[in-house]
Amino acid sequence: MHARRATTEPWLVKLTLSAIAVSFVVLFLVVPLVAVFSQALEKGWGAYVNALREPMALSALKLTLLTAGVAVPLNLLFGVAAAWAIAKFDFPGKNALITLIDLPFGVSPVISGMVFILLFGRQGLLGPWVEAHGLRIVFAVPGLILATVFVTFPFVARELIPLMQAEGTEEEEAARVLGASGWQMFWRVTVPSIKWGLLYGVVLCNARAMGEFGAVSVVSGHIRGKTNTLPLHVEILYNEYNFQAAFAAASLLAFLALVTLVAKTLVEWRSAEARALHTETQNVD
Amino acid sequence: MRLAKRHSVLPGFGLALGFTLLYVSLVVLIPLSTLFWKSASLGFSGFWQAVTAPRVVASYKLTLGASLAAALLNGFFGFVVTWVLVRYRFPGRRLMDALVDFPFALPTAVAGIALTSLYAPNGWLGAPLEKAGIKVAFTPLGITLALTFIGLPFVVRTLQPVLENLDPEVEEAAASLGASRWQTLRRVVLPALFPAWLTGFALAFARALGEYGSVVFIAGNMPMKTEITPLLIITKLEQYDYAGATAIATVTLAASFVLLFAINRLQSWSARQGQAE
Repeated sequence: MHARRATTEPWLVKLTLSAIAVSFVVLFLVVPLVAVFSQALEKGWGAYVNALREPMALSALKLTLLTAGVAVPLNLLFGVAAAWAIAKFDFPGKNALITLIDLPFGVSPVISGMVFILLFGRQGLLGPWVEAHGLRIVFAVPGLILATVFVTFPFVARELIPLMQAEGTEEEEAARVLGASGWQMFWRVTVPSIKWGLLYGVVLCNARAMGEFGAVSVVSGHIRGKTNTLPLHVEILYNEYNFQAAFAAASLLAFLALVTLVAKTLVEWRSAEARALHTETQNVD
Repeated sequence: MRLAKRHSVLPGFGLALGFTLLYVSLVVLIPLSTLFWKSASLGFSGFWQAVTAPRVVASYKLTLGASLAAALLNGFFGFVVTWVLVRYRFPGRRLMDALVDFPFALPTAVAGIALTSLYAPNGWLGAPLEKAGIKVAFTPLGITLALTFIGLPFVVRTLQPVLENLDPEVEEAAASLGASRWQTLRRVVLPALFPAWLTGFALAFARALGEYGSVVFIAGNMPMKTEITPLLIITKLEQYDYAGATAIATVTLAASFVLLFAINRLQSWSARQGQAE
């Protein structure tokens, strides 16, 4: 009885700590979320829907879907390849490669956008070449896509590397020994065992791709209807004091964030279940 | 033995590694090295002048100070939130747990305008604070709040698994040896959590240093007063002062790399500590 008391805090301390934690989360996380939706609907549903149906909003939405539609599959492909090489094989320089993959997380979004101006802009390293071929990269859609690929580059790889390392190589080796081809092994053994982590990596990568602001802001040149993604559209409306429309567009992005959180929670439950099932079957063995 | 076997049985190593290296070079290495190439072309005196101009130095001070304050706030509140999430059971705990990741998921521009409208002088929270004589929006305090918002998940998510895996027997042992609850916490629990806490703190700090989207709206962006370094880089770019922008960016990037390296060391220290448990 005495030991039990000495391993928990007195109820007054518990209550105080819980109150601090809950107030902090409500004040810093819940109130801003409520503010977004309440200001979006300030002038009623009609104004809300109109703000989203306006041509500039629609073109921003299309561009956001396009950039994410290119960046996410590219980084998915990369993430799977990188995780396969890193988790299943040993080679010199592996730790350096992992550090390199994490690098974009440590770079300010502003710098992530800026490097593409230095590379492809008019005064840039490849600027003359780009101009000679009549291409437009900076202040155009390709630049937005490049900057988005850069900032969302680590997400899938980072989810998959620890997961695939934990899975080990035995099941794949067994598949090979039993005569499966490389792709058969990959689709029938590897993919099913990593699917939840893969899904979560894609969800995170997509959320960041659609929501990226700093990097995209630098390379976009803010050409309305041409190079504005949804977050940039929000910025323009807000700076024009069109708050209701800005929050209406922002509410779409906030909704995306909520979907991301729900997906995360579901994936966590699923993988916990899978783990429990796995240990259960092992115990039965 | 094992290594050789692995190489012979599993296919795709060459293809996967080749593609990975090509992709990393094209997407990360070449673009980032452009920054150093450009700043090397500045010459030392030009570089030094660009990075030590009074307006630039004022922005460093503001960015460092606000990031440090935000990381400290997160260090305290993040610890309390983690403790409550891991150790106590109450209704809504899972919801709170899921909400902690909200700043990771919410686009920074949305966070920026939401916080600005909340803390503006006519906002829900800004109006009562203004009456109490506290100005938040368009001051360094507002910048600190925005940076606290985006840094919160780092401390909680780094600390949480370590606290969950902390063996309760250690605390029971301390208690049965006659230690008071406070002594157990101070001598046993807190030292075990410290490396992870410091890692979370450093991650939140590093993220805050480069943050742009959530800050620009609430900052007010007055030169010498509320202008953060990332914004100054954008201002220089918009004035086509690529050399100046590059020089400041190089300093910022060097600072992040030093921090990343420190965090890397911290994480391996934290992992060793975890194994020793």
